[in-house]
Amino acid sequence: MSAQAPTSLAPTGLKAWLPHLLMVPVTILTLYPVLYVIKLALSGTAGVTSSAWPWPEQFSLDAFRTVIGHSDAQGGWLFGRQLFNSLVVSAATTVLGISLACAAAYGFARFEFPGRRVGLLAFLATQMFPGILTLIPLYVLIQKLGLLDSMLGLTLVYSTTTIPFCTWTLKGYFDTLPKEIEESALIDGATRLQIFLRIILPLSAPAIAVTALFSFMAAWNEFVLAYTFLSREAAYTLPVMIRNYVGEKDVQWSLFAASSLIASLPVMALFYALQKHLVGGLTAGGVKG
Amino acid sequence: MARVLLTDIEKAYGDVRVVRRLNLDVADGEFLVLVGASGCGKSTTLRMVAGLEAISAGDLFIGERRVNDVAPRDRDIAMVFQSYALYPHMTVYQNLAFGLTLRGVPAAEIEKRVQEAAKMLGLVEYLQRKPAALSGGQRQRVAMGRAVVRQPSVFLFDEPLSNLDAKLRVQMRLEIARLHKRLGTTILYVTHDQVEAMTLADRIAVMHEGVLQQCAPPQEIYNRPANTYVATFIGSPAMNLLPVVAQPLPDGGARLVGSGLNVTLNSADVARYLPEGPPAGGLPEQLTVGVRPQDWRVVSDSDPQVDALMAVDVTEPLGAETFVFGELELPAGPPGQDLYAGRDGSTRHRRESACILRCEPAVPVSDGQRVALHIDRERLLLFAADGTRLAGPGHP
Repeated sequence: MSAQAPTSLAPTGLKAWLPHLLMVPVTILTLYPVLYVIKLALSGTAGVTSSAWPWPEQFSLDAFRTVIGHSDAQGGWLFGRQLFNSLVVSAATTVLGISLACAAAYGFARFEFPGRRVGLLAFLATQMFPGILTLIPLYVLIQKLGLLDSMLGLTLVYSTTTIPFCTWTLKGYFDTLPKEIEESALIDGATRLQIFLRIILPLSAPAIAVTALFSFMAAWNEFVLAYTFLSREAAYTLPVMIRNYVGEKDVQWSLFAASSLIASLPVMALFYALQKHLVGGLTAGGVKG
Repeated sequence: MARVLLTDIEKAYGDVRVVRRLNLDVADGEFLVLVGASGCGKSTTLRMVAGLEAISAGDLFIGERRVNDVAPRDRDIAMVFQSYALYPHMTVYQNLAFGLTLRGVPAAEIEKRVQEAAKMLGLVEYLQRKPAALSGGQRQRVAMGRAVVRQPSVFLFDEPLSNLDAKLRVQMRLEIARLHKRLGTTILYVTHDQVEAMTLADRIAVMHEGVLQQCAPPQEIYNRPANTYVATFIGSPAMNLLPVVAQPLPDGGARLVGSGLNVTLNSADVARYLPEGPPAGGLPEQLTVGVRPQDWRVVSDSDPQVDALMAVDVTEPLGAETFVFGELELPAGPPGQDLYAGRDGSTRHRRESACILRCEPAVPVSDGQRVALHIDRERLLLFAADGTRLAGPGHP
């Protein structure tokens, strides 16, 4: 036997470096806007220079302090209130949307009933129109229900817009689950509801995590509907609050950047917490385990 | 334990009838194997018994109860699936206990039954593992354990060994045989593997295109197949089927000619194929001779008993036996009496039909050789033009 090390199949020379030579500029291009936002946020409230260098010329947390400490005329902590609004609306949208979408998707995936195909296509059709199209009808509905300027109104609107997408995503996943598992549970003595709660939902955790994240992000980042339905500052969600730093004559870029960074933190945290499920969920069903 | 009775069971999807007027009576404690090619309706039949498919027509009884409209969970059955169908998010223990928990069995009883089943199937050390951490054989044992703990009246197996490799399949086949011996529970077992069917079954039910062809003990299915389909489906290599024309002889016997065969039956042989008395003209004219590969005997060319000549194409020596593949040739008759001489003006050998022969390794047969063959009359089967077997002799 030879004592030689096994020959490596990894490329060497230019072949090894070529991907890096391509990827490094692409990465810089991708990160540049983010770095520039960070520069703006850390440059303090004094002003913004026209330098293209994405590194702050001075380091200050004033913008963050101003954004977080933002209060109303009565001394109420507006930022806290708006953060709370965003959290509640996004969480409620996610819980309501996912609960209904899970049940609907399971029904579409497993049962034959009149209108099944039409229902699925109708869900798909709603995704084909730009959201702005439904703005006026939704405004009228919400106004008639007396839900303008309320978290409940916004939650209902967000849920109804995310449910079709969530249903399709979850149906796609449920379709990949072997029917034999459910049949086995049926013979074991489980009811349909028990099968759904004790077999299907636990098995679908990765797909539910991905869909929930989508739902949360959609609600968290949504601006147009919130800007239309909310008029009181205390009822604002964070995207509307951020928009307020862009005035008609004056743009407070550092506050705008700082508030954007603060608003993106929960989503980043959620991504980090769910990253394992995300990868699993996105690739689930591709390969039989 | 319970008897399972299927009476005129039908299953149709729209106009397509996948199971047709199926009648089966599975005795209490019997091991019945449903066998057939893909799409023959065997799995559909099993799923109807399980309650996973609605029955289009007919009656299904488990024990004394008609269960056509009874939910699967109330049929007192357990089923083992080809894909194991384990709950991936539960441990082996939870998989085994799931059915009992749903039925409200006390925790102490669940523990006892799970431990017993785990011990019986060699799963004790894997109880806390999830299915993903088990091998194929272990997963199949968990699937069997899940059925065993329930202590049902009837076990249903749907191709349970198809996903296993050859070695594991043999091992698990033994496990299933032991399980049946130990529990004595009625078993309906679906497979397309004839070895499983032959080794496990008390009786085999052969299905083809939704129709039951024959239901009998394995040896009878092998020795006395009801028709040409069963004859070719059971047995490997398959039975040689050679179409012939029967020519009555003055002494009451018959000569079977065609496909390279020239077989003479005496009157006693003919009588055995016609136990209810010979119709006018004796044997039907159009027949098919059925010969298992091992039922040919190699004889010398000059032997008066020669029934056929075989031109050997390929031999496959397997150690304990040798398979010989070739074609039967038309034997040249004596000058002036050659049966086919007038037809093509030649007395040369003519290749007629493919044939397989199984012989002892000591028998000297080699590629390219021509061998003379004789069929033991006790082992010669005759099938009518519609494929059904004429009574005839059985194998010993």
